[in-house]
Amino acid sequence: MPDLIDSETLQRVLGAALSTGAEWAEVFAEDRRSTGAVLDDGKVEELTSGRDRGAGIRVVVGDSTGFAHTSDLSEAALLETARIAAQAARGAGEAGRTVQLRAGESTLRPVGIYPDDIGKARKVELLTLADQAARTAGSGITQVTARYSDSRRRIQVANSEGIVVGDDQVRTLLSVSCVATGDTGMQTGRESVGHTIGFELFDRYDVEDLAATAAQRALTKLAARPAPSGQMTVVIGSGGGGVMFHEACGHGLEADLVEKGASVFAGRLGELVASPLVTLVDDGTLGGEWGNFGIDDEGHVAQRNVLIEDGVLVDYMWDGLRARKEGRTSSGNGRRQSYQHLPMVRMTNTYLLGGSDSPEDIIADTDSGVYIAHLGGGQVNTATGDFVFGMTEAYLIEGGRITEPLREGNLIGNGPAVLGNIDAVGNDFAMGPPGTCGKDGQGVPVGDGVPTLRVHGLTIGGTAA
Amino acid sequence: MTPDRIQAIADQVVAGAARGESVEAVATWSRDTEVRVYDGAVEAFTSAESAGVGVRVVVEGRVGFAWAGTLDEAAVRDALDDARDNARFASADPQAGLADPDGVAPASLDLYDGRLEATGTDAKIRLALDLEAAVVGADPRIGIESVDYSDQVATSAIASTSGVRAASTETACALSAYVLASGEEETTTGFGFSVGRHPEALDVSATASDAVARAVRMLGAKPARSERLTVVLDPWVTAQLIGLVAAVFSADAVQKGRSLFANRIGEQVASPLVTLVDDPTDPRQWGATSNDGEGIATRPVALIDSGVASGFLYDSYTARVAGAASTGSAVRHGFKTTPSPGPQAVGLRPGGLTAEQVWAQVGDGLLIQEVSGMHSGVNPVSGDFSTGAEGVRLRGGEPAEAVREVTIASTLQRMLTDVVAVGNDVVFFPLEASGVSLAVAEVTLSGGAG
Repeated sequence: MPDLIDSETLQRVLGAALSTGAEWAEVFAEDRRSTGAVLDDGKVEELTSGRDRGAGIRVVVGDSTGFAHTSDLSEAALLETARIAAQAARGAGEAGRTVQLRAGESTLRPVGIYPDDIGKARKVELLTLADQAARTAGSGITQVTARYSDSRRRIQVANSEGIVVGDDQVRTLLSVSCVATGDTGMQTGRESVGHTIGFELFDRYDVEDLAATAAQRALTKLAARPAPSGQMTVVIGSGGGGVMFHEACGHGLEADLVEKGASVFAGRLGELVASPLVTLVDDGTLGGEWGNFGIDDEGHVAQRNVLIEDGVLVDYMWDGLRARKEGRTSSGNGRRQSYQHLPMVRMTNTYLLGGSDSPEDIIADTDSGVYIAHLGGGQVNTATGDFVFGMTEAYLIEGGRITEPLREGNLIGNGPAVLGNIDAVGNDFAMGPPGTCGKDGQGVPVGDGVPTLRVHGLTIGGTAA
Repeated sequence: MTPDRIQAIADQVVAGAARGESVEAVATWSRDTEVRVYDGAVEAFTSAESAGVGVRVVVEGRVGFAWAGTLDEAAVRDALDDARDNARFASADPQAGLADPDGVAPASLDLYDGRLEATGTDAKIRLALDLEAAVVGADPRIGIESVDYSDQVATSAIASTSGVRAASTETACALSAYVLASGEEETTTGFGFSVGRHPEALDVSATASDAVARAVRMLGAKPARSERLTVVLDPWVTAQLIGLVAAVFSADAVQKGRSLFANRIGEQVASPLVTLVDDPTDPRQWGATSNDGEGIATRPVALIDSGVASGFLYDSYTARVAGAASTGSAVRHGFKTTPSPGPQAVGLRPGGLTAEQVWAQVGDGLLIQEVSGMHSGVNPVSGDFSTGAEGVRLRGGEPAEAVREVTIASTLQRMLTDVVAVGNDVVFFPLEASGVSLAVAEVTLSGGAG
């Protein structure tokens, strides 16, 4: 794979970035190609392809960062961009410092089948299969949307520490959304699969099964009753999504928020912050998962980081900027949406390690509560710790058995309180569906996973008494 | 970058149309400045130009689309080729096609203010620093999460083989503060922002006092017990709600069987107090624009008139399917997406009451200042509505103790019919909707207090 920018040019551009006496500078180059196709209302509505290519240049002086970006990778444009960034962050350091680059650790992983090598007709065919499978799942299915997308993102990072590294990130995604219509109105069901792999995704997953699952979710909810209101015991199913942990404590363990006192977990390292059953990991190395990469968007090699071990807070997540301030190394959590964005501390694949309980026992041991098989998105206020997440497939638990389906709604809880109230963790760990995490206006792909677990202290946001 | 140059790029793509092809191109360029300050100094300063093109090709009823994040000539040519190739694989749809000019003159909106480009970098940094100082100086319990100034000068143009041709330049800027208030055992948060077409229009002190008031008000907040009650949504929350409701009036949702309001035109779907209009010709709206994403003149569209469902939002495609006319409601999210019908600048017709009068009418209830999980707990197809919420109790029409870690739930259908008061306190946000104080009865408050 040819470099996006050759090393000699990078050295000259870094030199220009350091020309105002900055302490640290970085060039982040990106070339991203993507393809998408949408089938809706029985028709392949459109195929889309796009290309983004450019570089973002960061110059750091003390606590101040200057940033500029360009879609032109010519040396003249890069030098001009470096000068704009350098003007915005003027330092007292030695001007005209030069940088000698050396190749950093290579982390390239093999891609099975590059999606670009697959004909568009084949991609469209997957959508047609999904549409047919969903519509045959039940006569109540009245609408189907199927989406396919793939992307190949090549990045190159060079900084004034003298490191130059690259990565090649290929992601493939398919989702199916259905509407079911009955006497009670309309309900929706969705299922998606996405991995940081190529078109071999479809050797691992059967599109028709995915579509049938989405359809079944919608059909089941036609008979659903309004969700209850008030605090209840909640059992979350294996692989239904680790969104709860992403929101309950994941964001609160991001060092940029901790640093500004905007996290309830600030100042709590070494303390018991969760039930001893909780060991929480953020792991960018998890091969093929949606939040996986070789290097982060600051050139740091992906890492597996234990955040909470047996309930004790072990570490926060770090990007380069906050790590340098603390005199430590980055944890490989510096990520950005594109070359047009500044990196910040972001999660990768965040998951709860499995425990020893059998999932059947956890449910049988729950007299009354709610079982959530599939979670939606969520949101957190890291300063208060209050967080919500949606339930898109949920049932009542009555007398230790899963009974009636429930309509959709949010649950709300407080992170530290909820983490302390986990009293059962199953032995059936599974990763959940692919997600996009939003922070400060930037979206990045993330993964999550949980075994079956039981938690008290969550409030169900339904309308029933 | 002048509108003429951007228009020329769009024109050039369209000139490349082959026989039998319909081609539409949008080209955009913007210059952005962002300043984040912390502790009296610049934490991050971003200055950048961005540009791109989006190309739609329709051949024999098949639609293809491609975009490029640059105005580089070769990349733009590639985008046309890619769009053309993509079209081969789409389903043939006899109604597919581009918008035809409808002869409606675009509203003359003054969305460009030269004072923005005349403002120097130092003055922009000063605005952000002034805001931080105003926030911190307002109350000893206040700390900063982030204080930002941002602005943009954006030029966009559209051209098509069916004769659409339009270009415009807009300016916009915003100040925002996200603040923390420290209590004895807790931290609460608040935000404030101010938007305008030029920096002099930004209100530093109002932004600061709003952010501080929102955070301080929540100190000492407690969870509540579940009950059914009347809520007053503040303008920020109302804007988010009506943006969601207006999207259900998209003709795309209607025609694809995903709209609660399909087949309900002429029926009472809301309280008679509710008149909901999408009006991109209102220059005070963040989404104000004289042409939609297909280059058709925007116009006010009444969605609900005194509680009666009165109209849908059409782009050219859904209009052809329905045998109707485009309402100039084609929305694009930048050059990377194809247009589809949706709300751009929604507002409720203001009622006759101030915010305080709305509270007084409600008497006892809950004033909601923030909701969370609008994307995870509100389903616009089924209408199920459930969000996290924080706010203060209303007792005898007066704000009382603060409440947090609760949810509010109902359905969109019921909330519309349960509206009992509409305020006249219109506030414009950087959203596709403005807001007013809105009282809604029979909402379920869910909380874990014993």
